[in-house]
Amino acid sequence: MLLTITTTATPEAPATDLGFLLQKHPDRAQSFEQSFGTAHVFYPEATEERCTAALLLEVDPQALLRTRTSVSTPDFALAQYVNDRPFATSSLFTVALGRVFRSALKGDCRARPELVTTPLPLELRLPAVPCRAGADKARALFEPLGWRVTAEPVPLDPGLPDWGDSHYLSLTLTGEQVLSEALSHLYVLLPAMDGNKHYWVDRTEIDKLLRAGGLRVTDPEAETTEEDPDTEAGSRWLARHPERAWITRRYLNRRATYVRTALARLAEADDVAEDEGVDDPSLEEAPVVTPEGEERPPSLAEQRAGAVLAVLRAEGVSSVLDLGCGSGALLTKLVADPTLERVTGVDVDTVSLQMAHRRTCRGCAPGNRRHRNLFADAEGTREKGTRPPRPDLLVGSAVYRDARFAGHDAIVLMEVVEHLDPARLPALEETVFASARPRIVVVTTPNAEYNVHYEGLADGAFRHADHRFEWNRAEFTLWADGVAERNGYTVRYLPVGPEDPTTGSPTQMGVFTR
Amino acid sequence: MSTDETAPDAAPRVLGVPAMGLVVLVGVSGSGKSTFAARHFRSTEVISSDFCRGVVSDDENDQSASADAFSLLHTVVDIRLRRGLLTVVDATNVQPRARAELLAIAKANDVLSTAIVLDVPEALARERNRVRPDRDFGDHVIRRQRRDLRQSLKYLRKEGFRKIHVLDGVEEIERVAIERERAWPDRRELTGPFDVIGDIHGCREELEELLTTLGYAIARDDRGRAVGAHHPEGRTTVFVGDLVDRGPDTPGVLRLAMGMVRDGDALCVPGNHENKLIRALKGAKVQTTHGLAESLEQLGRESEGFRKEVLDFCDGLVSHLILDEGRLVVAHAGLKEAYHGRASGRVRSFALYGDTTGETDEYGLPVRLPWARDYRGKAAVVYGHTPVLKAEWVNNTLCLDTGCVFGGRLTALRYPEREIVDVAARETWYEPSRPLGGETADGPTERSDAVVDITDVGFGDHGSGQFVETEHGAVRTNGASTLGALEVMSRFAVDPRWLLYLPPTMAPAPTSAEAGYLEHPTEAFAWYRGAGIGQVVCEEKHMGSRAVAVLCRDAEAAERRFVPGEFGTVYTRTGRPFFNDPVLQAEVIDRLRAAVTEAGLWDRLGTDWIALDGEMLPWSAKARELIRSQYASVGAAARASLPAAGTALAAAAARGLDVGRLVEKVERSTVRMEEFSRVYRRYSWDTDGIAGLRFAPFMVLATEGREYTDADHLWHMAIAERLAEADPLVRVTRYLVVDTTDPSACASAASWWKDMVDAGGEGMVVKPLQGARAEGGKGLTQPGLKVRGPEYLRIIYGPDYTDPDRLEVLKDRGLGRKTGLAMREHKLGLESLARHARREPLWRVHEPVFAVLALETEPVDPRL
Repeated sequence: MLLTITTTATPEAPATDLGFLLQKHPDRAQSFEQSFGTAHVFYPEATEERCTAALLLEVDPQALLRTRTSVSTPDFALAQYVNDRPFATSSLFTVALGRVFRSALKGDCRARPELVTTPLPLELRLPAVPCRAGADKARALFEPLGWRVTAEPVPLDPGLPDWGDSHYLSLTLTGEQVLSEALSHLYVLLPAMDGNKHYWVDRTEIDKLLRAGGLRVTDPEAETTEEDPDTEAGSRWLARHPERAWITRRYLNRRATYVRTALARLAEADDVAEDEGVDDPSLEEAPVVTPEGEERPPSLAEQRAGAVLAVLRAEGVSSVLDLGCGSGALLTKLVADPTLERVTGVDVDTVSLQMAHRRTCRGCAPGNRRHRNLFADAEGTREKGTRPPRPDLLVGSAVYRDARFAGHDAIVLMEVVEHLDPARLPALEETVFASARPRIVVVTTPNAEYNVHYEGLADGAFRHADHRFEWNRAEFTLWADGVAERNGYTVRYLPVGPEDPTTGSPTQMGVFTR
Repeated sequence: MSTDETAPDAAPRVLGVPAMGLVVLVGVSGSGKSTFAARHFRSTEVISSDFCRGVVSDDENDQSASADAFSLLHTVVDIRLRRGLLTVVDATNVQPRARAELLAIAKANDVLSTAIVLDVPEALARERNRVRPDRDFGDHVIRRQRRDLRQSLKYLRKEGFRKIHVLDGVEEIERVAIERERAWPDRRELTGPFDVIGDIHGCREELEELLTTLGYAIARDDRGRAVGAHHPEGRTTVFVGDLVDRGPDTPGVLRLAMGMVRDGDALCVPGNHENKLIRALKGAKVQTTHGLAESLEQLGRESEGFRKEVLDFCDGLVSHLILDEGRLVVAHAGLKEAYHGRASGRVRSFALYGDTTGETDEYGLPVRLPWARDYRGKAAVVYGHTPVLKAEWVNNTLCLDTGCVFGGRLTALRYPEREIVDVAARETWYEPSRPLGGETADGPTERSDAVVDITDVGFGDHGSGQFVETEHGAVRTNGASTLGALEVMSRFAVDPRWLLYLPPTMAPAPTSAEAGYLEHPTEAFAWYRGAGIGQVVCEEKHMGSRAVAVLCRDAEAAERRFVPGEFGTVYTRTGRPFFNDPVLQAEVIDRLRAAVTEAGLWDRLGTDWIALDGEMLPWSAKARELIRSQYASVGAAARASLPAAGTALAAAAARGLDVGRLVEKVERSTVRMEEFSRVYRRYSWDTDGIAGLRFAPFMVLATEGREYTDADHLWHMAIAERLAEADPLVRVTRYLVVDTTDPSACASAASWWKDMVDAGGEGMVVKPLQGARAEGGKGLTQPGLKVRGPEYLRIIYGPDYTDPDRLEVLKDRGLGRKTGLAMREHKLGLESLARHARREPLWRVHEPVFAVLALETEPVDPRL
């Protein structure tokens, strides 16, 4: 809601020159209408020695209701009336900053062009900066840029003293900086710290980021970066920033393809090795670019899918149902296997199924790479068109008996059982083993014993937030043997991934046959 | 069954046709079929080839369109017969091939066919066609048709028509009356009460004991043999068949049963053993295995006359019975819904032998398909045939064969009481070939209804979304909302066997006209007054998290009614487990069970389990993260930035800048934010495990065989008070009864509310005193309206919502959608409780429960 920029006099110029740089007169209070409220600029102090400009954003909750947003809380509509936007330096604030101080940000100053490139003694104060990553992260972001950082966590509520601190920081940055650079730091790093944009992030956001990060972007349409040979090519502060991968991901709302494009362009600009997104779970699934000719050992996910495929081939399976197919990690491989005549994917989550559809279908209409919305209603669908009708993608559940599951040689439950409450496992057993009764059932699940090999995974913690349990080998065997016995199957166990003599493999697999 | 011969008579000739079945009119062009059909049948019951020709070609006489026209006709006939509707085909039908196709459709739908032949003189038919300008075909056509007809007459019976009525000449055709005959199994006019008795297999002593236990007086002949039994209250026994074979006294059982049937004290359907006995008695060569030898040997000692009586009795039995207005179906081996009331070889075979695959299992017995598992019919199906250890309802079906002859028990069902009465076998009369109650090698699927089918929750061939019939009208859910509900139900909800009810959403009272208020009691009272409700109860609204607690007295109750191995559950309004920590959950359940015991409710309510609807406090126990991220964080940001803004503005103002409005706004905002923070702080207090938790029940939902939507709210409040006396974990709810037609009572209730909200309460709920089922002038009424306090609403509508300009905008809120949604969910809630109380199968209870969740995923303003 509030930013104050304070500067002090230098031998060359009085402090009030800040007014020229910001193009806002120190003796006037000005207001700028925004779609979501009003931005006010005024000067609490303006003397030759010391001058402070304040940007105060007044958010209109009614207006906010009209703006589109990507904030994805379950009670989002509720959040429209009760939210921190009026008080925190959110993406709304950044947008206002970019508009109100547009010329200052670009480094334009017709009145005093010489001021633009002159570093000034600056102090920036932001009383409530949302930053879930904490004060250390804030320091890691600003200190490499030459700022001295004071970051104080804001207490959550004096009335709830045991509840600890909030995720806001009271942030003070001091240092000798060129004003346009200082503003561009805020322009990029505030939304990155917040990680919660109020508007839809599209491709143009990449150029916005790179431009603010000090890269010349000449033709935004062509999506290419041309270094201008004649002039000093910006400061390129983002390209050199040690946290550039983190910043890029957060700024681009974790949209994986955009992040990769942006990182590639940053790397190109600074001749550094490309960052790999490893610490962000949302990027885990993204295929990693490997240098040409180099063979990367297959990931556990790839080995898992490979092992499933190997079992299906060994068992001479010609039709398979992937129950809990998610966004299609296994389906893409199944579809590519010519020995499989019929492939069906089932998931309870339509968003994942839609992604699976995009990954396994080359365009619903020939010559047109657009995809239909398959799950506008509760019907599953068969892909139509010139290509063979596979896979069938169905909305379904492992705990509701479903006649559509019957008629497949095999059902695969890859990393599915651990997402069910243990109390629901009998229902899954009924659905798959008693009702659908395929010849083969393949179940994979994490082996909890192997977790000791994962650094950073706390003792007893699970690999995924939605895991309801992780079984050790004895527990898995106990369950699987019981299932097999009750339903007339025999089961054999296979390790997946590197096998450790004491803990076994990271993934355990049971193959049920009857 | 007779080909009626003509007998000119003044009285109308009565033609019997099956009330559900196919009637084929046979006659040449111009014989008067359409006129005949129009006189005797409803227009929708008659489908004519001319009409179909018209539909497919715009010309009723376009003979080139005949193929398509008949294709349409056959389709319509097929659909109507599948739906159990009488269907009359108005076409010449003089050729065997035309009739054969219709007969095949009737057979495929397991209904009987009747032919009515209209035989008029050729000259008359010619004359009639001549006066119709659209019929320009030559006389030779009529002549050929008539020739075909004459040839057909003697083959009609062989073709498969059960009844053939030949009407010779115009006079006879004129003098006909049609009588619709119900199918033999259709005895829906008999409403009982019934005592349905399972497979007896010659166990006469046990049968006599069971009848005596049921209250029948047994009549005996001079030799002391039981020859009848009459119930003083006029109850009727229904035998499910397999009276004979294996046991010690087949003739004795038959004598008693035949006597009861003769005297109108009993009904009987045949079993497979009677079927085989008939063939043996008729002299057919049959294998005398499975106990037939014993029967023949025992009957051999009886008189020839008795054997003849037995043969006639068994031969006269109808495959199955439909009783009690269609609510009860009795068949020996059960019957799937599509076969109810139908007649065909395969219906009879199903009723006698079940849905067999033709394969045999490891014991040499036939493998049966799990028809009961998939049964979704409304009628209860009671059957025997397959010995089970215990008679248990599965999907509204009940198997009563508890293997008496194998040393098990002889079991009866009291209907409509749905009570099981049984007696033990005196000894093991016959060794079973398969262990009694043993599961087949193919898994225990037939009698399992612990899992719901995906088609029961709106996914299937007939489009998406649910259509749930409730006592108060049908409720629909659309496809998109069932998708969301499926995900929540599959991934997060407790076992559906626990979910007997999901709390419906509640509408707020109409928006207040009073200044400064968005909601006020006045409007709630006025609303109920307008709806015709005089007495309401105002209940304090606790600010916590909704929780439904299902508590079982013992493991047996949990196993019988819910999930084995547990003692209860507590779930949220979306069916999720309330507590993430199983230890805490167990502790809460144990304490609440103990409170129920202490309060003496098990005995008082005659139950071994109870389901309570209430609010779990504090709000922070469940919603701590929500309070932190959604509310407290906003307060934190405000407390950090407002003072900084205030300081900066003050300095600017001191320099003479015009920032007065902003200064004022920040000051006001600071006050509002403090008020806002006070609200959520009030509903947050520390809990340590169970310490600090409070459960405020406001309604007893159900106990064994009973639901309490008809109990008034004072009764529910009294139960809650008893529980609170038993354990401080339970918190009482303050309440006040108000007469909505008494202005002073309404006014004092409003000030009661004001005192409560001024002291920090969330508000209150106004409910019809009479209970959840209360009806007003327009039928079922809203079960409650919430009236939330002005301070509480700050965390809903924002800290500044009381600013006059904001309030003005908010008062425009539309409540129609929310109110409609609340009513639809209320109907579903009542329905699920009623179904559960009637011990309906899991899928029937789950259907409305799932629909509530689906409706909850529909977009509606969450602030309401």
